[in-house]
Amino acid sequence: MPVERLLPTPESRDLIALVRDIADAELAPRADAAESSGEYPRELLRLLGRSGVLGLPYDEDFGGGGQPFQVYLQVIEELAARWATVGLSVSVHTLSCWPLVAVGTDEQRKRWLPDMIGGELLGAYCLSEPHAGSDAAALSTRAVRVGDDYVLKGTKAWITHGGLADFYTVFARTSDDGPRGISCFLVPADAAGLSFGTPEKKMGFTGSPTTLVHFDDVRLPAERRIGDEGAGFGLALQALDSGRLGVAAGATGLAQSALDVAVAYAKQREQFGQPIITHQGLGFLLADMAAAVEASRATYLVAAQRRDLGMSYRHQASVAKLIATDAAMKVTTDAVQVLGGSGYTRDYPVERYFREAKVMQIFEGTNQIQRLVIARSLERSE
Amino acid sequence: MKIVALVKHVPDAAADRTFNEADHTTDRTNVDGILSELDEYAVEAALKIAESGDAEVVALTMGPDAALDAVKRALQMGADSGAHVADDALHGSDAVATSAVLAAAIQKIGDVDLILTGMASTDGGMSVVPAMLAERLGLAHVGFVGELNVEAGSVRARRDADVTETVEAALPAIVSVTDQINEPRYPSFKGIMAAKKKPVETWSLADLGVDAGTVGLAAAWTTVETVTKRPERTQGEIVTDEGDGGAKLVEFLAGQKFV
Ligand SMILES: Cc1cc2nc3c(=O)[nH]c(=O)nc-3n(C[C@H](O)[C@H](O)[C@H](O)COP(=O)(O)OP(=O)(O)OC[C@H]3O[C@@H](n4cnc5c(N)ncnc54)[C@H](O)[C@@H]3O)c2cc1C
Repeated sequence: MPVERLLPTPESRDLIALVRDIADAELAPRADAAESSGEYPRELLRLLGRSGVLGLPYDEDFGGGGQPFQVYLQVIEELAARWATVGLSVSVHTLSCWPLVAVGTDEQRKRWLPDMIGGELLGAYCLSEPHAGSDAAALSTRAVRVGDDYVLKGTKAWITHGGLADFYTVFARTSDDGPRGISCFLVPADAAGLSFGTPEKKMGFTGSPTTLVHFDDVRLPAERRIGDEGAGFGLALQALDSGRLGVAAGATGLAQSALDVAVAYAKQREQFGQPIITHQGLGFLLADMAAAVEASRATYLVAAQRRDLGMSYRHQASVAKLIATDAAMKVTTDAVQVLGGSGYTRDYPVERYFREAKVMQIFEGTNQIQRLVIARSLERSE
Repeated sequence: MKIVALVKHVPDAAADRTFNEADHTTDRTNVDGILSELDEYAVEAALKIAESGDAEVVALTMGPDAALDAVKRALQMGADSGAHVADDALHGSDAVATSAVLAAAIQKIGDVDLILTGMASTDGGMSVVPAMLAERLGLAHVGFVGELNVEAGSVRARRDADVTETVEAALPAIVSVTDQINEPRYPSFKGIMAAKKKPVETWSLADLGVDAGTVGLAAAWTTVETVTKRPERTQGEIVTDEGDGGAKLVEFLAGQKFV
């Protein structure tokens, strides 16, 4: 059964219907095989681009969809429910466009944005480094001004779409002034000196590459700096506020799918002469799973509505990321339990969901870091 | 150039299909309807021609209010405008009446160069409307087309019937296409938004000058007398191989007179 959604407009209902159409017909049937073989579905992302799904929350003037965040996130949830890799791919792409949308000059936006959000291009977001993970402000990739250019040198780590993306939104150090010494750059994939590590051998999300990205004296014209010199770290964090909501929505979709598989199984599997769902011990487990999924959805939607209304939402985005990804971990773990021995095999998708849920507690700020953000906001509150 | 794509709204083939109890016509109210999948190929073929040249695409349907959804889907895919023939008197019309009404609608649209249809509808599945329409309009009809090229004043088509042949027909013509001709596109979100602003005409039988007495269930040349539900699938017989599996299979097949 499709999720009954609270949607603000007739056009958003049409959008969700379109996304379901595509996700059911094109994503769901391919997910298992591609996750096993490790093949990224580049062609499907192009189809999503042609369908208008790669720039949903952005301005229609630049080829975006002009949709409120609460609608965009429900699209991510629908995609991730069929294939988490694809849902998160769209979220990372959207994240990588954000700095240009937020602070690019009119000229920069006119030049690059339409292709980035209205077409078939794919973006990557490069903040983490081998020695700067949770402490991202400790990053050491350098961007040195040489005449009208910047020259980038250093290595980024854990980059989703590494080697595959058409453009890279990169945060690099332009001075030694800690977090205030970081600037943002838009690097095209064909820049000389850009190279990539071999994809990490991951526990899940095997359908999408995660690589080191090396900048070996990559020369960029100064017009490829997005925002002021030194304003990069603030931008990176603001982009992550939105990105974390994408992760929360993706986690909700994943958990919803795990719940659906578990409920269907529990209705049909009989032990002690009756369907296992009617054994109270298991029925209550399923009830807790359903409660966790709905709580996740409600939590990310509240944060998104605050964003749509122009209210502050950093605190709520961290709450949503924490709640939804912890819920996804718990729900997928329990889905394996509901299926018993079958849940532990690759004959059913729940073991994959379980592996996919884990990283959601790690990327775009570990859940410890989310608690840190929340605690700081409490500390500062009046 | 003006192209008309015929689009039929049919009960979703994936759902459980039923007939109305009173008159044995197809139940179109209690099931989800969609644009007949085979007609999507006709719409796509029309859009491809329009994109490679200068053509206007009109999506035409006949059917109750819900049939407008078929036109809507075609508009979302990229058709320029729509026309919907709706009239209570049409209920229960057979293929003969349908072709008469569609012919009148095509004449009303006017100056049509090419009419594209699917190779059959996914509900009735008779495949006769395009040929009847050609007869009524006095146009050439090329059926089962798997490849289509429009040239000045004519079409060149690969026809995949019992044999594969290439035929040419002067325009205006009617071409019905198979599911081999293309891969129909998904509408885009922008296409969905734009479709809301595209013009759709709704015509009654009177608007088309068709006598209501010549259409509908009463005027139909065929009637459905009774309807029997397909029997539930029964559990098959499972043969366990205990060394004599082969013999048991032969015994079963012989019992069913297969061998
Ligand atoms: C599949 C995948 C895709 C990714 N994609 C991207 C991407 O596209 N772009 C990008 O920039 N990055 C990406 N990342 C990187 C990701 O954001 C980092 O892995 C994450 O921020 C954690 O950094 P780390 O791995 O260095 O762990 P560390 O920071 O070393 O953390 C190790 C442990 O210490 C804990 N810890 C650290 N500091 C504190 C503290 N102050 N208080 C309490 N606990 C603390 C952490 O919570 C964690 O449990 C990706 C990672 C993965 C695995």
